[in-house]
Amino acid sequence: MPEAEIVLRLDRISKRFGALKANDAVSLTLRRGEVVALLGENGAGKTTLMNVLFGHYLADAGTIEVFGQPLAPGNPRAALAAGVGMVHQHFALAGNLTVLENIRLGTERLWARGVGAAREKVERLSRDFGLSVHPDARVGRLSVGERQRVEILKALYRDARILILDEPTAVLTPQEAEALFATLRRATGLGLSVIFISHKLHEVMAIADRCVVLRHGRVVGAVDTHATDRGALAALMVGGELSLPRAEARAAGAVLMRVDGVSTPDRGAVPGLKAVTLDLRAGQITGLAGVSGNGQAALAEIIGGLARPASGRLTLRDRPVRDWSPGIALAQGIARIPEDRHHQGTIGDFDLTENAVLETYRSRFSRRGWMNWRAARRFAEAIIKGYDVRCPGPETRIRLLSGGNMQKLILGRALAGGSIREAPEIILANQPVRGLDVGAIAYVQSQLIAARDRGTAVLLISEDLDEIMGLSDIIHVMSQGRLSPGFARGTMTAPELGLWMAGQKFESAHAA
Amino acid sequence: MSEIVDILISASFWAAVIRIASPLILATMGELICERAGVLNLGIEGIMVIGAFTGWMAVWQGLPLWGGVAVAMGAGMLFGLLQSTLTVPFGLSQHVVGLGVTLLASSTASFAYRLMLPEVTSPPKIEPFRPLDIPLLSALPWAGEALSQTALTWAAFAVAGAVAWTLYRTPLGLALRAVGENPAAVEAQGLSVTGLRMGAVIVGSGLMAVGGAFLTLSAFSSFFFGMVNGRGWICVALVVFGGWKPGKALLGAILFAAFDALQIRLQQTELGAVLPYQLFLALPFILSILALILMSRRAEVPAALMVPYNKGER
Ligand SMILES: Nc1ncnc2c1ncn2[C@@H]1O[C@H](COP(=O)(O)OP(=O)(O)OP(=O)(O)O)[C@@H](O)[C@H]1O
Ligand SMILES: [Mg+2]
Repeated sequence: MPEAEIVLRLDRISKRFGALKANDAVSLTLRRGEVVALLGENGAGKTTLMNVLFGHYLADAGTIEVFGQPLAPGNPRAALAAGVGMVHQHFALAGNLTVLENIRLGTERLWARGVGAAREKVERLSRDFGLSVHPDARVGRLSVGERQRVEILKALYRDARILILDEPTAVLTPQEAEALFATLRRATGLGLSVIFISHKLHEVMAIADRCVVLRHGRVVGAVDTHATDRGALAALMVGGELSLPRAEARAAGAVLMRVDGVSTPDRGAVPGLKAVTLDLRAGQITGLAGVSGNGQAALAEIIGGLARPASGRLTLRDRPVRDWSPGIALAQGIARIPEDRHHQGTIGDFDLTENAVLETYRSRFSRRGWMNWRAARRFAEAIIKGYDVRCPGPETRIRLLSGGNMQKLILGRALAGGSIREAPEIILANQPVRGLDVGAIAYVQSQLIAARDRGTAVLLISEDLDEIMGLSDIIHVMSQGRLSPGFARGTMTAPELGLWMAGQKFESAHAA
Repeated sequence: MSEIVDILISASFWAAVIRIASPLILATMGELICERAGVLNLGIEGIMVIGAFTGWMAVWQGLPLWGGVAVAMGAGMLFGLLQSTLTVPFGLSQHVVGLGVTLLASSTASFAYRLMLPEVTSPPKIEPFRPLDIPLLSALPWAGEALSQTALTWAAFAVAGAVAWTLYRTPLGLALRAVGENPAAVEAQGLSVTGLRMGAVIVGSGLMAVGGAFLTLSAFSSFFFGMVNGRGWICVALVVFGGWKPGKALLGAILFAAFDALQIRLQQTELGAVLPYQLFLALPFILSILALILMSRRAEVPAALMVPYNKGER
């Protein structure tokens, strides 16, 4: 087969942020109809490279050629005109506008009219590519999966020939990810070329033709997907062998928290809890499997103190809970690793020290109303060192960190004594490894296991069945706000859990 | 009670309401454009003063009335350029810059006034806009009197319509609504965040200045200090009241004007003999605050209002 034409050539792109070399002479080529996966640890510089290509950032050095033509640097308009479309890691959509308005934005002369043709084109594209979303729905009300379809439609609407997808599957359910791959296959069949960024190696193996691996801003390898395997890719990314932690079975301790017949009202399409009963035991990891949006968020809010049950009750160390708030929960030794690290976990414009003591500044880091910044800084430095947070230093604003490194700081904060009791007794880990690279995942998981071995009760909420089955001592499944019975480690196979997740087993269990 | 009803059904009352509302409508639309693009423009109060002064001065120097309006608009846009340069590309605090612009603009007006009219004790009068005579309309019994308004009033309503049409019917309006919500989305679609925001602030400031000029060119026919008298701040509140929507903001301006016209008339009834007049003066503000509380509960604030955008930063 003759090699297809080269559609994109990045030549020795370099980009620094202060002292940090985010991209160091990175070169990359993309051919027509090809999917190239861009891999690398958190903070390796993947998003930065794509931002340079799309013109959000101005490179310090290097050139870009699209379809043989040099691309004007630092200008998204030029990139769009040259046929480059980007699905941003953090979507670039205006929530107050409709789907159609977001897609049309910037495509017409500012005083022109002509919505009719736009609507037809969007409808045709969403049919052709299997991207179903209502053109008149307000983007602010859409689910993440739907928003992502809007981002892709935006690129297709402008006749993009090169599609950049920056961690498109990090926030998708497994089903949505499958649908996305079907769309991508259709697109490449039509001659589009794709740059695909993901930390999920099985996805990369399934969809990519070639992989380019970045480490510390430099290309450390480029391989054909069919000539490699997951292990080799992971090794290339972290620069060494990597073994995923597996927890051994252990005897569980006393019940620390009991959720007793708790129900909450439905929230629009998201079901509330339906008489959920769950025990969290010391020295045990309780896995909560299920497609997100089935009530996991409601349960996490109740346990974390953000919400109160409409009926049912909560008992903590055999005492019924009366007053319940995030502050009380924290004081009672419950540490949270929130699902949404940008909004619930951190304050973007605060530095790492301030974010590290966000939950405990009053109890642990102040005396008589005065902050003890020295202790706070030592604490932050300990987390940075202990949890390998890659950053210039504790005075960096946290918004500048890559997503993975932000998550490591939150984890460190939760585990290294989120509460006054120094070490937490209960850890509520909601999608703790979302968006993390393989090395970081292994690290976070081993830390959760270590916490369990010290006698902490861990509630692990995840959509990833491999993760749930690998770590949990006992597994529950959530579906439509209902909770399955607990299954001990090793008693269930993935397909069986899948049936529970789909809700079928609930019906049969009910009928029996 | 029947006195209030009498007031409310009189045509002269409604003529006053529309007259009082006109400058508010103009300036509110100006502020609304700025805020929709994500910039809070607290320069409004001073820009209205500058508009009132320059418009009047231009006419007194011999320009036609519409020439005065154009001069006022140009002066407002100049201050809009200052405000937007500091807040958009430089990303300075919109509160501080806004208050600074207000101080600078109103003191510039005072300074220029003293410079140009050093000896005058009472400011000279100009020949203001006359109510328009509209063929069939003016002959109608009640409406004819209520709608006997100057061309600038009609222009104010036309501006409100044009703002609504632009915001919701043109690609430009789409871009404006987007840039106040998520500037990153606008940049990712190849538009210039800086250009849109600066343009909105400059045009919006021009409208505010015309709102100020209404006071001298259409209402009082002369300029005196303190004549804007907090109207700018009212307009900032009216934008919130209207939930950042031109139609509702227009209604808010009319409602406020109605309270204002009503309190003047109530002072002349027997109630006015019993209650202190300050109470009547406070009435429109008290009622407006109540209305604001009721109306703005579910309003959607532009998400990026007051958030500076710096390209190439996270
Ligand atoms: N605008 C910026 N200002 C300062 N530093 C930045 C900026 N953008 C990125 N960085 C830094 O550059 C490095 C690379 O970040 P980048 O977002 O490209 O990583 P990534 O490979 O996409 O990681 P992840 O997998 O976590 O998304 C990080 O250390 C990050 O903190
Ligand atoms: Mg990234």
